[in-house]
Formats: sequence, C-alpha cells, structure tokens
Amino acid sequence: MHHNDASEARAWTRRELLGTGLIMASAAMTMPMFLQRSALALPNPASGPLPGVPEDRILVVVQLGGGNDGLNTVAPVGHDAYHSLRPAIHITPQQALMLDKRHADIGLHPALEGLKGLYDDGMLSLVQGVGYPNPNRSHFKSMDIWQTADTSGTGDGWLGRYCDSECCGYGAGESGTAPKTQGKTSYPPISIGNEAPLALQGRATKPVAFETPDLFRWTGEQIHESLVKPYAELVEREPDPNADAGSNAAFLMRTTLEAQISSDQIRKAVAARSLVDYPNSELGQQLGMIAKMIRAGLKTRVYYATMGGFDTHAGQGGANGRHANLLRQFGAAMRAFYADLKQQGNADRVLAMSFSEFGRRAAQNASGGTDHGTAAPMFLFGPMVNAGVMNPHPSLTDLDSGDLKYTVDFRTVYAAILENWMKADSTLVLEQRYKPAPVIRKA
Amino acid sequence: MQGTTAEPIPSTLDRIRDQDFGYHEARHLLWRAGFGGTPRQIETLASWGPEKAVDHLIEVERVPYDKPDPNEFDPDIMRPPTAAEQAEAQMARRQRDEDSLARLRLLRQQRQRQDRRQMADIQRWWLERMIETPRPLEEKMTLFWHGLFATSYRTIENSYHMYQQNQFYRSHAIGSYKDLLFGLIRDPAMLAYLDNDDSRVGHPNENLAREIMELFSLGVGNYSERDIKEGARALTGYTFVDDEFSFNEKNHDKGSKSILGTRGNLNGEGFVGAILRQKACAEYIAARLYDEFALHMHALAPEDEPAVRRVTARLAGELRDADYNVRPVLRTLFLSKHFYHPRVVNNRIKSPAELVIGAVRSLNTPVRDMGVLLQAMDLMGQSLFYPPSVKGWLGGRTWINTSTIFVRQNLMNFLLTGKLPVGYDSAAREEKYDPTALLEPLAETDPAAARDPARVVDYLLRFTLGHPQEQAQGVLTEFVADHGNTIKPDVITGMLLLVAAMPEYQLC
Repeated sequence: MHHNDASEARAWTRRELLGTGLIMASAAMTMPMFLQRSALALPNPASGPLPGVPEDRILVVVQLGGGNDGLNTVAPVGHDAYHSLRPAIHITPQQALMLDKRHADIGLHPALEGLKGLYDDGMLSLVQGVGYPNPNRSHFKSMDIWQTADTSGTGDGWLGRYCDSECCGYGAGESGTAPKTQGKTSYPPISIGNEAPLALQGRATKPVAFETPDLFRWTGEQIHESLVKPYAELVEREPDPNADAGSNAAFLMRTTLEAQISSDQIRKAVAARSLVDYPNSELGQQLGMIAKMIRAGLKTRVYYATMGGFDTHAGQGGANGRHANLLRQFGAAMRAFYADLKQQGNADRVLAMSFSEFGRRAAQNASGGTDHGTAAPMFLFGPMVNAGVMNPHPSLTDLDSGDLKYTVDFRTVYAAILENWMKADSTLVLEQRYKPAPVIRKA
Repeated sequence: MQGTTAEPIPSTLDRIRDQDFGYHEARHLLWRAGFGGTPRQIETLASWGPEKAVDHLIEVERVPYDKPDPNEFDPDIMRPPTAAEQAEAQMARRQRDEDSLARLRLLRQQRQRQDRRQMADIQRWWLERMIETPRPLEEKMTLFWHGLFATSYRTIENSYHMYQQNQFYRSHAIGSYKDLLFGLIRDPAMLAYLDNDDSRVGHPNENLAREIMELFSLGVGNYSERDIKEGARALTGYTFVDDEFSFNEKNHDKGSKSILGTRGNLNGEGFVGAILRQKACAEYIAARLYDEFALHMHALAPEDEPAVRRVTARLAGELRDADYNVRPVLRTLFLSKHFYHPRVVNNRIKSPAELVIGAVRSLNTPVRDMGVLLQAMDLMGQSLFYPPSVKGWLGGRTWINTSTIFVRQNLMNFLLTGKLPVGYDSAAREEKYDPTALLEPLAETDPAAARDPARVVDYLLRFTLGHPQEQAQGVLTEFVADHGNTIKPDVITGMLLLVAAMPEYQLC
C-alpha cells in the first residue's frame, strides 16, 4: 500500500497520524505535509530498520550541572597529596568505598553506595581524568563545549548531530553539507525538564522537553467543543511558502506542531506506574519517567536527565554534608533506574552516561569549598559497558596551576558511545576522528 | 514577519518620520518598551506622534506612582544571630546538649521556611506591580537588570536581600549603568551569590570578578585570566553585615594590581573603574539593550547582521557619550526608523513575563490567581528571583520548546476563561472575562463595524498579532459564522482563545 499521494494523505485523520508514532524528521522538514508523509511512510517495510543497525539501542545522558567535584566523587585516598590539598573536606581511606584491587589508590565517595552496587553487578565503567585541551572554567562555556563536542563551544549539539545523521546525513552543524542519506526515520530526543539542552539541538533535530506530562497538551478542547476544529486548522496549517523558513515565526510553527504530535504518546506512557520505587529526588523522578517511556516502547533513542547544584564553592563538606547529599541522590537514582530496567527486561538496551562541565580545583578554598577546575571522572552504566576502572587516576603532584591535567579527551568516550553502541559514524557526528575509548564491551 | 519589504533594514539610527508613526508603530512601541497596551492605549499613543509617545514611556518620573515601601517586607527573618544567641549555641555544642541543639535546629528551619514564604510573597508583589504599573518601562528595565546581573534566591536564601536588590535595580532602572556597576560590588545579594563575602587577602574568591567581566560588563574575549585573578584581589574584603555593605579592611589585599591596563593599589571601585574605561564595556551593554528591545542578537538573520552591527556600534558610542546613562540610548532606539522596520516588528519571542503580563495588560483579563501565574511562568522557564544561572535567562528561541508551548497556550486559556490544566479555577465563574471593551474604539469610529464579523476579525488580528494573518482570518470568520454570525462576548473570547494558541501569538 502506498501513501505517497498528497490527496490520499489528507484523508488520514490526525488521530491515525498520531497512532503511527512519534515520528519527527525524515529529511530537513519544515512543512506539516512533510511530516505527515514521513509518518505515513512508517508502516511501509521498505523504510524500516536498516539491516545490521540495532534500532532498539538507547542512550540516557545524565548531566550533573554546576561542576561536580571529581576528586571527592572518586577519591584518590591512596595519594598523600590528596589529603594535604584538602585538609577539611577530604575522604579518608576508611570512609571510601573501595573498588578494584588493582586500583587500590582510589575509592568512591561513601555516599555513592548506589554506584558501588552497580559496580559490583558489573554495570559500571569508570573513566578517570576526562577533560579537553585548554580547559575553560566558565560554567556556560565549558557546558557548551561538552554539549557541542567542540572546544569553541559553538555549533549544534553532539546528540542533535547524531539524530541529524540518522535521518538526514548532516555532519557539519549549521554550515553542513546537503543531506546525503534521506528516508531513514529518526525520533526526537526527549529531555525531562523545562529546558531543552543544547546537546540535543541539531539542524533538523529539535528535542521534546517537558517537566510534568499533565501539562503536555492544549486545554482548550475542554473549554468548548467548537474550538477543536479551528484550533487544529490554525496549529496544523502549512507555513506560508514565501515565509522565511529560518524566521522566528516558522520556528514557532514547527515547534507547536511537533508538540501536538508528541503529546498523546508521551502522556500515555508516563501515566503508568513504575515497577520499582524511585527516590523522591529530582533525578530519581526524571529517571523514573524515562524508564516508563522505555517500557511503553517509545522509539526514542536518546533521553536526557539533569541534576543541578554541584557548584560547591563554599561548605561542601567531606563524607557528609552538601556534596555528599548530592552524590547520594545521584547514586540512588541510577541504582533504581537499572533495577527498573532489569525488571522490564530492557537493561541490555540502555546505556547511560553521566558527565559534568568540569571538575574542581585540587585544593580546597578558604570557604570549605572548591573552585572551578578541569578534568574529572565520567561514569558509564549498563550491562554492555566494560565494567571496572578503565585507567589510572591523574597525578596530584604534577598539576597545571592547581588543576588536574586531563588524560582522556571526552570526545573519545563520545566516539565509543556513537560507534560501539549506537553504531553510528562517529567521525561524521563529531566532525573529527577520535579513537573510541574502550568503554563498551565488544559484542 | 509578513513578506518582504522593498526597503532594507537601516544601518543608521535615523529618526522615524511623524507621518510614519501610526497604530501599528504605537502597538510595537508599547510591546517593546512595556508589556503591550489596550486598543485604546495604542490609539492614544498613535495620536500623540513618536516624540510624545516615547517620552511618555521613557520619562517615567513624570507619571506619578508610589515607590516600593522598604518596610513592605520583614528584614529580620534571616538576620544574623545576636551575641547572646551565638553564645547559647556555642554552649550547647560544647556541652553536647542534644535537646538545646535540636531546639536551635528547629528554630533555624522555621526561619528558613518563613523566609521562603516571604520570597513567594515578594514574587507576587513584583508580578502585581508589573501588571499594575503606569510606568511599564521602569519595571521592564528592572527585570532587564535582574536578568543581566542575575542573582538567585535559591543560592542566597535571604528574601530581604533579594527585595533590596530589586529596589536597587529599580532606582537606577532607566538611569546610569555606571551607578549600577559600582553599586553591584556593594550589594549584599550579589556578594553572597557570587561568594565574595568571605573572599580575603591570600585566598581571593574569583567568582565575582569573573562573572562581572564575562557576563556583566565586557563579554568573553575582552579580558584575560590574569585580569580576573587581579580583579578578585581588588574585591577582597568586600562583604556585608546583616543587610548592609561592609568593607573589611583587614581582609582586603592592599598590594599593587594590574587590571586591564590600569595599575596601582586598586580596590573594588578601582576594578569597576578599569572596566568602565574599556570600549568593550559600552559595546557589550549596548548589544544587550538592543537584544532586549529590538532583535535577539544570537538569532540574527545573516542579511540583517551588518546593519545590526552598525546600529549597536552607534548605540555603544551614544552610551559612552552619555557617560553610561541608558536613557538617551533607549530614546534614540525607540525613535529610530530601524526600530520600526518590518524585520524588527513582531520578530521577538515574548519572554514568559511579557506573555503573562502582556496578556493581562493588553486584553484586560482578570488576574485570577497570582500563584497560578507564577507557577506557569516557572514552567515556561522564568521564575522571578530565581534565574537559572548567573547568565540569567538566555531568551529568544530558548524560551520555546514542545513543552513550554503548551504552558503558554494553556496560560492564555486560564486568563481568558479560568480553565486550569485540570479543572477550573473556583473563582472563574465570578470573574468572567469581558472582552467587549476591546471593541469600543472600533464601535466609536463606526458602530456598524463592531457588528460586522469580517471587520471585527480584522480588527482583533491587527490588535493581537499586529497583522491580519490570512489563514486566521478565514478560520475565525468561519468560527463566528458557526456561532450565529453575531459578535457576542463569548464569541470574542472564543476568537481570542484561538488566536492565543497560534504560534504567531508568541511574537511581539
């Protein structure tokens, strides 16, 4: 059955269109009709999954905002310098949760029991000393650098480019070349929260973002039924062909339409009950929602969760206190998330990655806190990771004006995720060749 | 933007001619220099001509309005402990007196709860003031400074300091940027937010110096890491005691510093002075003002960019010539042909504040429930006194995503009908919105027009969207036809619900 004819496409109702799934882009689409056609094209087996590409693999990104103190997250308790740099806030060897015997110089913060549990289950990979050259200590700039995978911090988001590459073949951000592979479908990434992170913004890709699913719909249809039809006509209209596709008006029109289409599906998914109890933290609730969407079989392949508060300039505490509370929330939420996925039978499909825009200075400051620093550890989660400690801790005696020197470029971790997990062309997405870090187990 | 225009966007600040200033221009001015206006306000400004209209908005002192009362809120909820209280706490700690310690902890928690409640009251107070003020530009500029010199209650947890800072920004709202920058390094909320309160010689905290240069005055690329380190030294000892600035001389670094080419034993004022001497400072502030009132600087169409760069450079020159007084700069901008060009008009994405306050002020809807309005603003990404970071609100397209678009549409449904995402506002029945006043100016010129569906649709679209959008004209005319083809209050409200759900309603 073919649905290429425009007149036939119009005969489809909006309800049916929604039933075909949360489809966004197959080509750089700006027109609602485009959207309808790509949605209609879905049941056609010819445009289904390409052979050998695992369409069901998922990535969940957990952003720790504010600059998480890496040195008290994975504490180098076996290094004398660590204790002298941080007399008031250090973790003692007795307090730390020790990991691998071959890496007896480090241990997890005692509040990270959740992560220790995942580690013991072989679902945690720890990469130490992750950073990039000429580190920037501005929150915003460094966050932009991590999110764009570009040390200038400009351009599209790295996962936006990934989704672009799946649907449209773009690889070079705003200045990119014309689409080379068309016709594949790509589902927009979903971010929990009222901000849509730069990492998920591509040229054709715009993320779906929401904080609470009940607000994710138009309430006018409950005011008066006579509003329903004119509303649909005004919101699902085609943009003026003479209008500038890059204008704010065209942008608003696209976003409004995308919102209509994603609304029904997501609300239905999130209305279900979680299989496990999640901690009542912001991150716990976010990951709980993501797990429900995965369980409902949404075709989304990239999810994004955010936790803030890591900018601990003053009174961050050691084994207890402000930073400890943040880490406890983080670890407990991750643990619950994988327990849920396991019960669903979906754990094997879901890789998670956590990062922060930078670590903090090696020495504590006068306010019992730490200032903006550089390299820090990164965690990868899931049964597919190369479990364990990947590399040695960076030196605490060979510092660069008080900061750790990075030993792993974060883009090698991205390359591994893209290439070894998502099976994408990492050079196209990252616009440069990075040798994938050995964080994903060979299948 | 509707179609193309023959004339390209001007790269000068040449004045708009009196005869080119009509309903369309007055509507634009009211949205940008305020929070929109009713049809009658638009017509009044249009009849005054550009000069008088701009003066009315900008010379706010000529419009009588009460100053906020410093005693409106309790300054003592988070006051520092007295000597006696400190001694008591110390004693309890020393004696391991668990009962006393628990009691003191409880007292502290109670005060924190009370302070959070007061912060919510202050949010309401400000939103109400923005809705009611006869000086909209004063509040809009106060909000602009709050976004530029962003400070969040979440970090400082002292509502009275946030209130004080708000008064400080308002007192210089359309005044001197220079006074603001000098005042900033003495503002308790800012000193606490950027951790300068215990920065001291030998252990300078760089946060305040960095953010002042990066975000409040110069922008990235116009200073070095060394300038930050030296600036942080100049700011050591700048702290506060209770609600007042305090210079702690013993903690101040009295050594020689070199900041942006200025050398000497510089203190905080010396640091600010060195910044103000930079050409980049006026350029940065002029660009931020342009971004707020004209076009988003980060989303310029490539073809507009050269003209906009020249215009912001001229504004920067004017700001320098006026010794950083922003009033003449805004006046020049609001009177320029550039400001009224079709590429500028209706091409700004309304901030949540502009959407909410603008809807109440221009459509004259009931306020209904201040708590709901504040909650909706939070979901749209703009919680007053809680900017997401020291960078403030990024604005422009970052306001819009698939979730905020629904919140925006539904907030309009709430204002117009009392409809909440779940159920209705209990007071909705008593507070029925009366939209008929919107049509009065039309009826006065031509009573027949106010009964003619086509004329009413055209009039409402020009008022709400700034132009008679073609498809909307068709859809709304049909909507009226389906309701007996008569203009009744409920039909007008229905039309407004539909227009407010349109993507274009998010623009001003």
